[in-house]
Amino acid sequence: MSNDSQWPVWEVFLQGNPGIPHKHVGNVHATDAEMAIQNARDVYTRRSEGISIWVVPANAISASSPEDQGAFFEPSNDKPYRHPTFYKIPEGVKYL
Amino acid sequence: MTFIIIKLHLNNLIMEEGKQLESFEAKIAAGHKIEPKDWMPEAYRKQLIRMMSQHAHSEIVGMLPEGNWITRAPSLRRKAILLAKVQDEAGHGLYLYSAVETLGVDRTELLHQLHTGKAKYSSIFNYPTLTWADIGAIGWLVDGAAIMNQTALARGSYGPYSRAMVRICKEESFHNRQGYEIMMTLAKGTSEQKQMAQDALNRWWWPSIMMLGPSDDQSPNSDQLMRWKVKMESNDAIRERFIDRTIPQAEFIGLTIPDKDMKFDEKTGHYSHGKINWDEFFDVIKGNGPCNAKRLKDRNDADKNGRWVRDAAIAYAEKQLKEKQAS
Repeated sequence: MSNDSQWPVWEVFLQGNPGIPHKHVGNVHATDAEMAIQNARDVYTRRSEGISIWVVPANAISASSPEDQGAFFEPSNDKPYRHPTFYKIPEGVKYL
Repeated sequence: MTFIIIKLHLNNLIMEEGKQLESFEAKIAAGHKIEPKDWMPEAYRKQLIRMMSQHAHSEIVGMLPEGNWITRAPSLRRKAILLAKVQDEAGHGLYLYSAVETLGVDRTELLHQLHTGKAKYSSIFNYPTLTWADIGAIGWLVDGAAIMNQTALARGSYGPYSRAMVRICKEESFHNRQGYEIMMTLAKGTSEQKQMAQDALNRWWWPSIMMLGPSDDQSPNSDQLMRWKVKMESNDAIRERFIDRTIPQAEFIGLTIPDKDMKFDEKTGHYSHGKINWDEFFDVIKGNGPCNAKRLKDRNDADKNGRWVRDAAIAYAEKQLKEKQAS
């Protein structure tokens, strides 16, 4: 253990209020999940910002790559008909 | 032949980089944030690592002068508040270290730079906290000045830094107010107490306006850093805003700014201040302030004395994991 360890990184997700999704707020260093949750509480909820915490080992997250962003999300760009505003409905028609 | 191929390849690389730079700058000009995995120029990454790590170091070194008064806070209320404030500073350090790590530097490396004196932290924390009033002066002036700087930085282009700044600014407002409240209470107290508040203001005023950095003629803001939204405003502009807001606050509680040449300029609508002793500022930065050696020693001691805890915690986690895998 010659290498001083600052412990592995855990990404932190916080649910602010009941019924809303957990949102990424940052990360903490911790040796295990339990410690990560405690550290996340101390770092990210000192002012009652959350009611639930998720922690995920940072190296377990896979992400899409920014360079491919254009091509990757392109398939939805030419499908405006997926949006309700694509359709013209005559003025008198209600509840549509 | 090989030579030509290499040269062509290099040209392609340079063209590629040119295009990337163009789209990077366009993104910033459009007000978009740069995220960790986005392409960024090396100079941008380096400058951010330098600024953000200095900022992170300042937060945790800043815990030392204030921590000095936790055991001697004048009431339980003040003690609880000061504890919460110092804990906030630790939190700010953590947000910032985590933001710097997104640029590919390890926290161990950053702390090593701090502990070996290779990295800088804010000049202000090399001044001593001699009396309780100094805790008031720090919250009011030092955190007040920091808020001016940090609200500007919150508009910066690097996503993780800007988000950390937004969070920090929200919390700093409590620091600022609790400091002013301490000063106000002392200023309304006995003549000794008022004198103590004035003495703290006298000692912290100049270092506080210096901590916003050298004047613009000594620190030319590179157009590039402004264009890249790494730096948002000039040091003098931020200093002017801090002074304009702070002077009426001092007047309200009957304390005097220790600057005989300070006067309100009707034409500009701003206060103009006396000559700043920049020699002192650069001397403190160089390591010759009243507490530089002590701060560095305290940080190194904390790191050394905490080492066994870090090692033991990781050993325990490894053992738990092995037992789990075996069962």
